[in-house]
Amino acid sequence: MGLTLVARNNPLASSREQLKRLAATQACVPFGERLARAKLAPLQATGISVFQINVGKFCNQSCRHCHVDAGPERSEQMTRETAELCIKALALTDIPTVDITGGAPELNANFRWLVAQARALGRHVLDRCNLSVLLLKPQAGLTEFLARHQVEIIASLPYFRPAQTDAQRGDGVFDKSITALHMLNRLGYGMEGTGLSLNLVYNPVGAFLPPKQEAIEAQFRRELAQRHGITFNHLYTITNMPISRFLEFLLESGNYEGYMERLANAFNPSAAAGVMCRYTLSVGWEGTLYDCDFNQMLDLRLARGLPQHIRDFDATKLHSRPIVTANHCYGCTAGAGSSCGGAVT
Amino acid sequence: MDTYYNPRDLGKFVDMGKGNKELWDKFMSYYSAVFAEGALTEREKALIALGVSHAVQCPYCIDAYTQACLEKGSDAEEMTEAVHVACAIRGGASLVHGVQMRNAIEKLSM
Repeated sequence: MGLTLVARNNPLASSREQLKRLAATQACVPFGERLARAKLAPLQATGISVFQINVGKFCNQSCRHCHVDAGPERSEQMTRETAELCIKALALTDIPTVDITGGAPELNANFRWLVAQARALGRHVLDRCNLSVLLLKPQAGLTEFLARHQVEIIASLPYFRPAQTDAQRGDGVFDKSITALHMLNRLGYGMEGTGLSLNLVYNPVGAFLPPKQEAIEAQFRRELAQRHGITFNHLYTITNMPISRFLEFLLESGNYEGYMERLANAFNPSAAAGVMCRYTLSVGWEGTLYDCDFNQMLDLRLARGLPQHIRDFDATKLHSRPIVTANHCYGCTAGAGSSCGGAVT
Repeated sequence: MDTYYNPRDLGKFVDMGKGNKELWDKFMSYYSAVFAEGALTEREKALIALGVSHAVQCPYCIDAYTQACLEKGSDAEEMTEAVHVACAIRGGASLVHGVQMRNAIEKLSM
């Protein structure tokens, strides 16, 4: 039996079930009400500077906190046809950044094509990488490909010691991650003056908020350099979203209401004003459009009346669209805020 | 079942301001200043607080500073060492009083 909610026939595999659970939260007022109190409702986009493409749910890892419910047994993958629609839409715009995620995005057969096309359009490309994928034999030459195209790597590493990393990401993942980071450093990633950015992502290994980004970044920099001789550019802290497998963990461990209370008590209007959905457009593996990757996993589509699929992409209509929210959004507005690029404030 | 300690009471800590707001405000202002980043980092201060929480055996403090340590970037390994520091000092404090015992023995014995 696989580790994904889908493979285990867990009711939370259904986005509807997750939304039902989120809506029934006792520990906080509905997110929309909290936004209104902060005079931020309705939340609206301010443009699109990040074109985020989720190429599918297939992954070589099954991390316990995964908001995608990704894993080796998932088969959903973006086709070349949909990838072409993404590039066609992108070409109509001057959106500067293409953020490719998954699953393990590199395992999509169209990944390298997408990267090459986006780079040919002059766009900055981010690869959300789980690191261990770089060691898979069929992926030989991947790191060199990424370096050649100057792809920025956003790599998950929840802690600088093995126990926490393996507890969240699977046995042996820490050692593989360190090996992959050495490979990237050897190519110039994370080294000053190379133009090859290597940024790490810290996710709490449990039901608590992340530390201050600059404090944990300094700690990681010191520990990874001393213990493993590894360097990197920045570390981003990302709050775990109370959805999918992390939601399952929260409910099963009896931490759900406490975690939601913690998120809601830490609601920060400044963070809410700067959330990533205000400047991101998220495209699903089937081409469906969303405000962010989390809404995508909850199947919360764009507001009615807006283009719903990448084939109908219209930058003008999407530019200042109203953002669809629910209680999981407390995850992005707590404390210093959280986005795919780390803390917001 | 009634107990002297209720985890939910930690959330009522602020009610202590109802008896004397001025003293409460002064305490909270001092408390915030103590835990702010200074010569010691917030993470180091949270680890000290966790150790002290065990020394004074305050369940509210243990809950609060376990969470705080995790949220400042510490892990179970560091936190366990902090508790051992508290344990060593408490144990040492008992043991060093043995000198007083020995002094008494010496005085009383032939």
